[in-house]
Amino acid sequence: MPNNTTARGRRAPKGVLGRLIRTVFQFYPVLLPVALVCILINAVVSSMPSVFMQNAIAVVEETFETGDWSSASGPIFRLLTILITLYIISLIAGICYTQLMAIITQGTLAKMREKMFDHMQDLPIRYFDTHNHGDIMSFYTNDIDTLRQMISQSLPQLMISGVTLLSVFCIMIYYSIWLALVVIGGVVIMTFVTRYVSGHSSRYFLRQQMAIARTEGFMEEMMNGQKVIKVFCHEDGAKADFDKVNDELFENSEKANRYANILMPLLGNIGNVMYVVVALVGGSLLLAGAPNLSLSGMALSISIVVPFLNMTKQFAGAIGQVSNQINMIVMGLAGANRIFSLLDEEPEKDEGYVTLVNAKELEDGSLEECSERTNVWAWKHPHHDGTVTYTRLQGDVRFFDVDFAYVPGKTVLHNVTLYAKPGQKVAFVGSTGAGKTTITNLINRFYDIADGKIRYDGININKIKKDDLRRSLGIVLQETNLFTGTVMENIRYGNLDATDGECMAAAKLAGADDFIRRLPDGYDTMLTGNGANLSQGQRQLLAIARAAVADPPVMIMDEATSSIDTHTEAIVQRGMDALMMGRTTFVIAHRLSTVQNSDAIMVLDHGRIIERGTHDDLIKLNGTYYQLYTGALELD
Amino acid sequence: MIKVLARSIREYKKASILTPLLVTVEVILECLIPFVIANLVNQMQAGCSMDVIIKYGVALIAMSIISLIFGGAAGATCATASAGFARNLRKDMFYKIQDYSFENIDKFSVSSLVTRLTTDITNVHMAFMMIIRVAIRCPLMLIFSFSMGFIMGGRLAMIFLVTIPLLAIGLFLVIRAATPLFRRVFRKYDALNDSVQENVQAMRVVKSYVRENYEKKKFKAAAEDVQKDFTRAERIMAINSPMMQFCVYAGMVFVMSYGSYTVITSRGLDLNVGQMSSMLTYSFQILMSLMMVSMVFVMITMSLESAERIVEVLSEESTLQSPENGLTQVKDGSIDFDNVSFKYSKKSDRKALADINLHIKSGEVIGILGDTGSSKSSLIQLIPRLYDVSEGSVKVGGSDVREYDLESLRNQVAVVLQKNVLFSGTIKDNLRWGNPNATDEEIQEACHLSQADEFIQQFPDKYDTWIEQGGSNVSGGQKQRLCIARALLKKPKILILDDSTSAVDTRTDALIRKGFREFIPETTKIIIAQRIASVQDADRIILMEGGRISAIGSHDELMKSSAVYRDIYTSQNRVGGDKNAQ
Repeated sequence: MPNNTTARGRRAPKGVLGRLIRTVFQFYPVLLPVALVCILINAVVSSMPSVFMQNAIAVVEETFETGDWSSASGPIFRLLTILITLYIISLIAGICYTQLMAIITQGTLAKMREKMFDHMQDLPIRYFDTHNHGDIMSFYTNDIDTLRQMISQSLPQLMISGVTLLSVFCIMIYYSIWLALVVIGGVVIMTFVTRYVSGHSSRYFLRQQMAIARTEGFMEEMMNGQKVIKVFCHEDGAKADFDKVNDELFENSEKANRYANILMPLLGNIGNVMYVVVALVGGSLLLAGAPNLSLSGMALSISIVVPFLNMTKQFAGAIGQVSNQINMIVMGLAGANRIFSLLDEEPEKDEGYVTLVNAKELEDGSLEECSERTNVWAWKHPHHDGTVTYTRLQGDVRFFDVDFAYVPGKTVLHNVTLYAKPGQKVAFVGSTGAGKTTITNLINRFYDIADGKIRYDGININKIKKDDLRRSLGIVLQETNLFTGTVMENIRYGNLDATDGECMAAAKLAGADDFIRRLPDGYDTMLTGNGANLSQGQRQLLAIARAAVADPPVMIMDEATSSIDTHTEAIVQRGMDALMMGRTTFVIAHRLSTVQNSDAIMVLDHGRIIERGTHDDLIKLNGTYYQLYTGALELD
Repeated sequence: MIKVLARSIREYKKASILTPLLVTVEVILECLIPFVIANLVNQMQAGCSMDVIIKYGVALIAMSIISLIFGGAAGATCATASAGFARNLRKDMFYKIQDYSFENIDKFSVSSLVTRLTTDITNVHMAFMMIIRVAIRCPLMLIFSFSMGFIMGGRLAMIFLVTIPLLAIGLFLVIRAATPLFRRVFRKYDALNDSVQENVQAMRVVKSYVRENYEKKKFKAAAEDVQKDFTRAERIMAINSPMMQFCVYAGMVFVMSYGSYTVITSRGLDLNVGQMSSMLTYSFQILMSLMMVSMVFVMITMSLESAERIVEVLSEESTLQSPENGLTQVKDGSIDFDNVSFKYSKKSDRKALADINLHIKSGEVIGILGDTGSSKSSLIQLIPRLYDVSEGSVKVGGSDVREYDLESLRNQVAVVLQKNVLFSGTIKDNLRWGNPNATDEEIQEACHLSQADEFIQQFPDKYDTWIEQGGSNVSGGQKQRLCIARALLKKPKILILDDSTSAVDTRTDALIRKGFREFIPETTKIIIAQRIASVQDADRIILMEGGRISAIGSHDELMKSSAVYRDIYTSQNRVGGDKNAQ
């Protein structure tokens, strides 16, 4: 089979199906086996009637010439009783397994989603920085959807067809091995045809999926830039580009469906031919009076050939059903493979053992751990010798010769040494790519440093439990992200224990209270789509309030670059200043106006601190900072 | 709705009609085959000779081959017709969106348009395929099998009259119960995915506030909610298959009992053994078709919502039409607003602009200042007719903008939008949007003017540097300068910058304005800005407040007359380095 190697190359690697089944089994260790048994019963029982049918026809044949119903009714009713009993069993099993599979499928999907989501929460920031968000989303949409089809339909169908094939085949050889051989010949041809055709269709279906993804990307870009397209009268160009993408999708989708659509009539008619051949062979054997070879030892008679023909039909039908599911299975396995790859991503490691605890100060000035909230926090530091020391949480952050690289070998920070004493404000300035954001990524350990040391209140941050480290740091990012929920809920995100009063106080501190009260439902106003109904400045004020309610000793602030009007900017600035009061603050500045009152300004260039000092020091220095300040260099 | 959708079939009409015709032949043959087989069985029972069997065999194989040819052809035409229909539908939608005005674009969100163009079309594609192939096949199959059943089985076929309506009612009830559930569940499902997206985007916030467990709990609740509804819907749908099995079984039992009775008592006259066994085949076929019909029905009802969403886009009429034989030449760069009022939506009571009277001479430089929401952007968007005024008129070069051919107007009135976008492609590709025939020299000249040439030259690939989607690999200031160059390449009579230098440093900003003064003095320039420094040297500065012009005049005049202007000036010059730039 030409091209089949490439088709197979795109298929999910081996072991995915097994892992998928194991996963479902773990979710439903009782229900799944019960469902499987029901499927088995249903499949076995529904292939049995042909036996009794054959017996009944035999009875009819024997008696119909005499027309003596009374002698035939006995055996026929006996057969009917057995038949009805079987049907009832089959029906009960059928109802059970279809209901169970519905439960299992949806349950598995829900648990799978949860598992993915839970795992995703534990992945390091690096993962999100290096993966396209659209790609991550498609785990939850496309990939899960393919699994739904596969688990609820393809897997039971595969099992039923398998059992049907097996049991029908057993009955066949019970009756006549010769005729069964004919059927086997047909099966070989059908398998061959199926493999050939579905190899092609699967390949195109996978290509179609890729083309859909490309189309989606294209559409997204164009729809985002639609207004620019209009302004530049570029509609025709956009249409021409679109036609290319669209045609590619069409070609793959046409071919994929063409192969898929042809498979059924192909198999159905091969089944018909098989039927004819069985009739011919059966007929000639019958006429020739050839000795039958069978497990039952019965002689070949018309009452064997007729039900055999029906079984042939059933047999072909089952193969058709299997082949019908192949595309679903190929796509489902590809989806499962992607999902497993997400689940196999290494989660964020945390070897920290220093924790943050509530403490109270004893009379001699030392600290003691306590369970109630005291507003005094301490680092609990267990040592090798079994002793435990407590260090007050103050917000003293020091960098010692820190080197860092996102990609090994490509160092982006060199020998960064700096300190921020509790309550001090340190600002970073520099052009795009100078490494400002990188430094802040290191303090909260979104990324781990390559060389050097960072100490927080004198403790190496690698020893601090990440959760506790991050809890002690507040962050206001350049891009404000809000969550679907009320304004109040969004503020409370900073501290889930905060009362409504505390949240409002934080909003007042940030200067957000004013506008929130003017919203239609005040603090209960629902925000959706990342606060789409708010202005950029208002969203920032909420982010500041959120950080304020967390009340951490250390703040990291990344100023927004996007322009907001002077009036709002002044309010946002006031909010930020209020939040910085009494906290150690790291500011990534995009406007020099906001950093002049810093205790220290670090001018970064290509990952090195090239100038440092207060505003006045740096102006006197007449270097890069001076140029930035006078607008001779671009700040970003 | 169907009419709107059917318009997209076009060149695939032939394939769309051919498919059901081919399927019809296939179905006829498929129904005839059991009939012939029944006869064969009878003949064999009667102890016929080998010749007869061969004769039947040849006939059957011939029928199979014909059935295969027609079935295969139907499969192929069906694939072409449905994939083609989907292609045309996508194309029609995309083209339609290209003709949308800004007002139309504002109505749909980007993500909703993308979903409509992808997921919704895929659903309709599948439904269309089902309709032309299976939806024709199944009823036909039903009718043929039914009539064949009567021909073959006579009174025996009466059982169908009982089981089929029973099954049909059952299916109807199941679908009726499941459809609204499915609709609801899909909406919840969308919301669930939206929340995942939100979480992925906000991952830094989640992690900095150590809210992983909180998010997990939130997600678990939402996922379980979806699961509950989905399971209910699926469990209802799952009744279908045992129900149909029940009907098949009932049919079988009836055929076996009453059939045997009839065969025996009539001594094979009313019904013979072959007929009896083919009755079993037919009952199976009929019920299979019913089952398929029910599946198709579910698919169609599920895709109905998608179809509605597609039609919504297709039947949205552009609110702006280019007049026929519109003016193609803009005489000069003068602009006149006469009693202009503007609302974004006819229904809204809030006027975005009210009573604007403004006359700008050709070649004048106008600065616009104002808070967010003061309608600065609304004002300038009326000039290239991105929106139409609600009252009054906007004239460019002495003629109402509504009299111009849209493309000509927009080519001569260039706007650099506030929310600007670069597209994936090289820098050159992006710049040629302004003028597809621009020479390399012209491009470089424009970049020189917008102060972009300098940094472009520093890229290893210079003007062939690849820009990522949305321009994510250049800085904000670089992006803005490229966008200005793109607009300059139009060589417009009027150039409008909507806050387009906010990320550019003050020195470069000043250089850009200096270049404008020296190289394109005859072009009318309108500059919206937040920084006073960016508009200070304009001929006139407009101060906007709540959709009205609150003050107008040169920098010096406004410093004297407007307290608001003075306030902004002092606030901006108290801090920061702006004053040093002058």
